[in-house]
Amino acid sequence: TDLKSQIALVQDSAKAKIAELEARPAVATSMSAPAPVRDGAMGLGREALLEEIAAWDVDVLPDGRGLPEGTGNAFDGEELFADKCAACHGDFAEGVDNWPVLAGGFDTLADEDPVKTVGSYWPHLSTVYDYVYRSMPFGEAGTLTPDETYAIVAYILFSNDLIDDEFELSHENLGAFKMPNKDGFVVDDRPEAEYAAWSVEPCMSNCKEEVTVTMRSVFLVNTPPEGGSESVMNPASVEGLPSFSSAGASFIPEAQAKPEAVVEVAAAAVEEPADEGAELIKAGEKVFKKCKACHEVGNGAKNKSGPQLNALIGRTMGSVEGFKYSNVFQAAADEGRIWDEASLTEFLAKPKSYMKGTRMSFSGLKKEGDQVAIIAYLNSFLGE
Amino acid sequence: QTADPLITDVQDWASITGAGVDETPYGMPIEYESHVVRRNVEWLTASPISSINFTPIHALEGTITPQGCAFERHHSGAIELRKEDYRLMINGLVDKPLVFTYADLERFPRENHVYFCECAANTGMEWAGAQLNGVQFTHGMIHNMEYTGVPLRALLNEAGLGAAGDLKDKWVYVEGADASSNGRSIPMEKALDDVLVAFKANGEALRMEHGYPVRLVVPGWEGNMWVKWIRRIEVSDTPTESREETSKYTDVLEDGTARKWTWVMDAKSVITSPSPQMPITHGKGPLVISGLAWSGHGQITRVDVSRDGGITWETARLGKQGDTKALTRFYLDVDWDGAPMLLQARAMDETGYVQPTKDQLRETRGENSVYHNNCIQTWYVNAEGIAENVEVS
Repeated sequence: TDLKSQIALVQDSAKAKIAELEARPAVATSMSAPAPVRDGAMGLGREALLEEIAAWDVDVLPDGRGLPEGTGNAFDGEELFADKCAACHGDFAEGVDNWPVLAGGFDTLADEDPVKTVGSYWPHLSTVYDYVYRSMPFGEAGTLTPDETYAIVAYILFSNDLIDDEFELSHENLGAFKMPNKDGFVVDDRPEAEYAAWSVEPCMSNCKEEVTVTMRSVFLVNTPPEGGSESVMNPASVEGLPSFSSAGASFIPEAQAKPEAVVEVAAAAVEEPADEGAELIKAGEKVFKKCKACHEVGNGAKNKSGPQLNALIGRTMGSVEGFKYSNVFQAAADEGRIWDEASLTEFLAKPKSYMKGTRMSFSGLKKEGDQVAIIAYLNSFLGE
Repeated sequence: QTADPLITDVQDWASITGAGVDETPYGMPIEYESHVVRRNVEWLTASPISSINFTPIHALEGTITPQGCAFERHHSGAIELRKEDYRLMINGLVDKPLVFTYADLERFPRENHVYFCECAANTGMEWAGAQLNGVQFTHGMIHNMEYTGVPLRALLNEAGLGAAGDLKDKWVYVEGADASSNGRSIPMEKALDDVLVAFKANGEALRMEHGYPVRLVVPGWEGNMWVKWIRRIEVSDTPTESREETSKYTDVLEDGTARKWTWVMDAKSVITSPSPQMPITHGKGPLVISGLAWSGHGQITRVDVSRDGGITWETARLGKQGDTKALTRFYLDVDWDGAPMLLQARAMDETGYVQPTKDQLRETRGENSVYHNNCIQTWYVNAEGIAENVEVS
């Protein structure tokens, strides 16, 4: 047999194979066999101790169950809030940058851009206590006492004009406190409101007469090889784009010369730090995790709720452009005080004693050696 | 046509030897694929520690998402928690409150399932119209992995649910070990159905950013409920109404009221290529249109594709049928004539539900719902093959 008929034979058998496969009934599901469950217990794990349950089971229910004993008012809460929360949420709970706004926004929920705050949106006060006590302050979760939490929650209510500053919030009255938007929620009604209407055999042809582009993407996005993305406004308008009908696109724009293919450049290898002190720098990087919620350091570091920390040692205190410092740091800048290892070590051990009035909410590095490590780490960015 | 030197000349790689087996004990993708990475959008959030990034779904194929490029969402950053330091507590309305170690979990009978995990905010920016130009950014808050884990019902059974009485109106509250702890309430019916306490994904240990050593898998339901670093499960007679299920992950409707407990992710699909990050570079002729479809209600049964903005639809070929609450790959293999296209995909699931248009969603819900946008997406592809995120009449 010649080559041609050989190929034909192979093709025929391939066709037969495809037909055979197509004739097979489709496998309905690819279920994994369920794991067996015994009638009784398997005897795994151990009984949880009451003190262990007490340590972890701190969630608070809408009716107030789970609240620890305690009390606080907005008058005390104001100072605590300024100290521990204002760096992100603002002195009056108005929110800084992209951090959440906690106050105001009443009667905006039906507007174009609703302002969803604790006052305007949250249905239960228990949620505020639960979240603040458990997850705040950001970067120092779980450090507030019950009394401090009651005071901060009271201050948030006060910022929303929901109580006066003498109102004593406590485990006895928190569960009964009625939030303004308590009745603003309905349980998921998609099955009734949407599923029935949308579960119909869809149209396949002549579904519309004509289609035009009504909006183009607001942002064009660059995706640089080092990661992340950069979005820029898209200047293009919908004018001049073809319209579509069942006859096809209204016109075929003339093909333009193809742009030169963009060559993806592999990111340059990251330079390893010098051996000497590398361990200490690494340790410092770990300690720096405590600071990362508010501070950036390194190439392209920006101010966040704290100033960027590039080339910190040798820098004038309170001198980063564009950062809104507290009065004590502005004074230090005016005096021309310089960050050196001694001052930074002292500051990091107890920020609020060294810089009375700083807005930095961090309570300090407790472990000896952490300051040395973090300074070594920060010093690795002296050139930035 | 002249002879191709890549064929006629002996190339270095065909002559000099390559890397030895001891050079890369655990490998990364080859450097030529280094652009296929998770990416974030800096201005979306106040801090990358409480933020989200996006899976490069435009550059992936098949259905399984590699862990290393699967989107991350943290509320207080990804934590390093050793297996030896891991504890899981079950308490509340149980016969005997228990503490499990990681080693304990490994002794329960296991199951393997492929499931998608989609953030409720995926495509959320599109409520305000066509926003970011890239399917990674419009639809990349999703991943799909094969999980190995223990059914939650087995752990509840171990602690005993006699104390809970009638299970009909009972809940489990789940929380993580990280600083945010990210608590959510799950109705008992779901907890006893298909929820997994998982410790492996795609055959390997969970990566740190996906909750190492143990995370919750809540099939078909919004990603926020898939608590990472899960440390406590409490059986309760009421939902906790935590921050993540009241102030967040609720959907404001046009009249200012909001839907709560919108857990299920409805059927959705999107074309991943061609798309803004994947232009057609080969000109006219054979073209593979490739995309993903999924439904939190079960299997995807059909995907239709339109090339003219919804005037005419063609039924696409499903790459593989049968996975429930998992990504399904679809293809439409066409001959492109070089004319501009308005590409759309429309998914249907086993309940008969048809993926809605943007107009249908806005008519029903208004434009203020941040979450659960499962609209039909449109790419305008011009004669050069460049694709752009657009909205159509």
